[in-house]
Amino acid sequence: MKRVYVNEEWCLGCHLCEYNCAFANSGLTDMAYALKGKPIFPRIHIEGNEKVTYAVSCRHCTDPICVKSCIAGALSVSEGVITVDRDKCVGCLTCVLVCPYGALSPSEDGIMQKCELCLKNSCGEPACVTGCPNKAIVYEERGAAN
Amino acid sequence: MLKEGQIRIPSGCAISAIISRDGNRMTGEDIVKSMIPMHDRSNGLGGGFAGYGIYPEYKDFYALHIFFDSRTTRKDCEAFLKEYFEIVEAEIIPTRKMPEITDEPLIWRYFVAPFQSMLADMQLDEREYVARIVMKINTELSGTYCFSSGKNMGTFKAVGFPEDVGTFYKLEEYEGYSWMAHGRYPTNTPGWWGGAHPFTLLDFSIVHNGEISSYDANRRFIEMFGYKCTLQTDTEVITYIMDYLVRRQGLTLTEAANVIAAPFWSTIGREPDEETKKRLAYLRTVFPSLLVTGPFSIVLGFTGGIMALNDRLKLRSMVVGEKDDVVYVASEEAAIRAVEPDAENIWAPAGGEPVIVTVKEGAL
Amino acid sequence: MAVDFIYPEFEVIRNEDRCIACRACERQCANEVHFFSTEREKMMSDESKCVNCQRCVSLCPTRALKIVKSDCTLRENANWQNETIREVYKQAASGGVLLSSMGNPKPMPVYWDKILINASQVTNPPIDPLREPMETKVFLGKKPDKIRRDEKGNIICDLPPQVELSMPIMFSAMSYGSISYNAHCSLARAATELGIVYNTGEGGLHEDFYKYGKNTIVQVASGRFGVHEVYLEAGAAIEIKMGQGAKPGIGGHLPGTKIVDDVSRTRMIPEGSDAISPAPHHDIYSIEDLRQLVYSLKEATEYKKPIIVKVAAVHNIAAIASGIARSGADIIAIDGFRGGTGAAPTRIRDNVGIPIELALASVDRRLRDEGIRNNVSLVVGGSVRSASDVVKAIALGADACYIATAALLALGCHLCRTCQTGKCNWGIATQRPDLVKRLNPDMGSERLVNLMTAWRHEIMEIMGAMGINSIEALRGNRLMLRGVGLNEKELEILGIAHAGE
Repeated sequence: MKRVYVNEEWCLGCHLCEYNCAFANSGLTDMAYALKGKPIFPRIHIEGNEKVTYAVSCRHCTDPICVKSCIAGALSVSEGVITVDRDKCVGCLTCVLVCPYGALSPSEDGIMQKCELCLKNSCGEPACVTGCPNKAIVYEERGAAN
Repeated sequence: MLKEGQIRIPSGCAISAIISRDGNRMTGEDIVKSMIPMHDRSNGLGGGFAGYGIYPEYKDFYALHIFFDSRTTRKDCEAFLKEYFEIVEAEIIPTRKMPEITDEPLIWRYFVAPFQSMLADMQLDEREYVARIVMKINTELSGTYCFSSGKNMGTFKAVGFPEDVGTFYKLEEYEGYSWMAHGRYPTNTPGWWGGAHPFTLLDFSIVHNGEISSYDANRRFIEMFGYKCTLQTDTEVITYIMDYLVRRQGLTLTEAANVIAAPFWSTIGREPDEETKKRLAYLRTVFPSLLVTGPFSIVLGFTGGIMALNDRLKLRSMVVGEKDDVVYVASEEAAIRAVEPDAENIWAPAGGEPVIVTVKEGAL
Repeated sequence: MAVDFIYPEFEVIRNEDRCIACRACERQCANEVHFFSTEREKMMSDESKCVNCQRCVSLCPTRALKIVKSDCTLRENANWQNETIREVYKQAASGGVLLSSMGNPKPMPVYWDKILINASQVTNPPIDPLREPMETKVFLGKKPDKIRRDEKGNIICDLPPQVELSMPIMFSAMSYGSISYNAHCSLARAATELGIVYNTGEGGLHEDFYKYGKNTIVQVASGRFGVHEVYLEAGAAIEIKMGQGAKPGIGGHLPGTKIVDDVSRTRMIPEGSDAISPAPHHDIYSIEDLRQLVYSLKEATEYKKPIIVKVAAVHNIAAIASGIARSGADIIAIDGFRGGTGAAPTRIRDNVGIPIELALASVDRRLRDEGIRNNVSLVVGGSVRSASDVVKAIALGADACYIATAALLALGCHLCRTCQTGKCNWGIATQRPDLVKRLNPDMGSERLVNLMTAWRHEIMEIMGAMGINSIEALRGNRLMLRGVGLNEKELEILGIAHAGE
């Protein structure tokens, strides 16, 4: 299955992936209108320090601990992609606690959100990947992940 | 209007050649006849012939055929020739007066032998010596043009349709074992006799149909070695290239063909025989500037044989046929049929594939 | 002091409607032009630091930014132009020599643009490169002048060493130090993939890149930085750099700040020390000395590597080239006065040397007149900008072209001409690790391969239109060129006729 991978060697820490992600999932067609003057809630986050930066988003683990731990059954795996059912999520943050990568975060309204590979939005392919200026984020097949 | 030598004039053409492998001497009649069906390939602005074995009585002397503008230029040229050669015979080349051929210059031939003392002085071999003098005549003596300089062979050319040119020069009175002909379709009307073909240097003569796109690359390279492309024609430069490769570099005709119509690198890469592959790659690498591109079909005449060659994409027509000991080459099959209706084995050689026909050893 | 004040050359225009304050511009600007004002809650800029490298413009996700030339001008004066006056102010304040980067930006004649190419019509056919083979392979090096045969009569196929190129283009010398590791990596990988060569410049060869040796030209320059036996043997050819088009007669100076870590090891000089290349090679004060260096290098590499001698195009270039052609060198590289550089004194860059087109034409003619054109191959550089420039150069007589600026543009260079600051925002002319990583060699090499592939297609199209199906039939084929708007002297030097003739 194709997944989003990050090569920290080429990550510039420009944070553009965060903005592209927030825009892609806003449902709007104008980036400035979608993001201007508001806090953003991206599903990918730049971590790091002055020397190293890298983007973190869901790894879509083959045996996902978040899905197992979800008390409301809101997280599920569909064709390898872990998705959130917004109607079921109760916002308990258990998944945030258990995810070893820190890939989940609450959305503006407190309901959990995570990277769903832009499969459900209008992008069609991960917006963080297409928007990365240095090809530090790639979307490719590399075999199973844990 | 500018003539050849002052400007480059592209032209289309018809070519034809006949050779007897047994060395039997044929009159010029057939070669003239072969040009008739190809009348439309020429436009009356140039025709010419070359015959080999036509001067047996003077076979040890260089036969210089020269056009003169006037008596004065002839006198000057004769004085010049006497400095370098012993002239054993000087005569007007016999012609027929006919309405189709007009404005003829003075046309003379000289049978000459180089002064041995001069040869030794200049430390040159005889052929190089003659080639240099011919080059000198054509670049330094104005109004004078030496258009044939081989032994026991001669070129005859004029402004007009080739069949008329043949009649004009009374070619039926000559006998040779090999003949070549050319009809010209220049895209300009300078009407200069020297611009007609064949082009000849020593016993190399070339008839050519095509317009080569590599012309200036070839010219600028070959001029490094003392050749002067005074006519700015393809035929002239190809003649010099053949002279350089065969006479001066000592390549065989096939090797020379592998230079001027070199196989593509991809073809060389597929060559199964390692030795051949190495040789082909070597020749291409050593003589890149002598690769001739663009359309051409040529027949190269030399003492004892001819070589026919097409460009490597075969962008010009050329067919070969045989009957008994005689081999025919022409732009069109019709030309061969006109002379020998029963010609056999007619085929169109592939691009870059040289067809070499030589007279049997000992037949000459 | 007020008298020193020069109004910033550029203005940063930020469309407030579009700016989402993502701060990408701030993070990407090594010159620290952009900043976020917490009081005003918006992005601000200090345009006095802007060099117009367009990095922020290119990365702004909402296209909220543009950089424009400032319209604050001094009173117009055709003689004392703004730039000239400002330069006087700068020198009055600093007492220093003005420095610039990249090629001569002055409106000097570009002869490529005044030369037109021929095509076949009626009398001979154009050739369609999509249907017929079209060859661009070239071999650089001395060609033997006599065919020799063994006792069996077979041709002895021994050639002096040659450089084989799949197309007549090479990446020109740019040293590791003047450009980044990733830039070198991109060039080396692209050259290898393309079957052409790149050039180390005078900074030595990084240990990671020895594996690309077959596609590398190793340079020996006056500073002899990074030169040792293994280095000489690593490349496909060795280039002796006598001069550079952007600064003929001038040496090089790579500031100590760029001599960091690997650069210092590769150059074999201490970290932080300035790398100063002398103006002359101090063992070459004349042509006979050059011959000695040529043969020293040949001896060192057992006559297996062609030797290139690179010179700047100066007034008597034809005589110089003739001397080089008789020095034992296999290839002459000539760099025209519009060629680029990482740093050069402005006055030298803009006023010294001659255009490459004229230099090439006169050198090619001179070598042919002397009958020694076959002794050497001719490579020209100094602003070869496109496939048509390449075709014109080959037709004038070059065997191949050196390109550098075009290659840098492919890597992301926006020609802001401030390489000398070492703060290249595109990760090319810098050694700052955070900036170097901005050039991902995967992308860089791919873009170089794309560029060269595109040029090769164009070269084949142009050749095909001329009815030429192999590059060697184009070389020196000046009949394929015509001049427009050139005077008789220029045409004479170029050896071409005027359009319409």
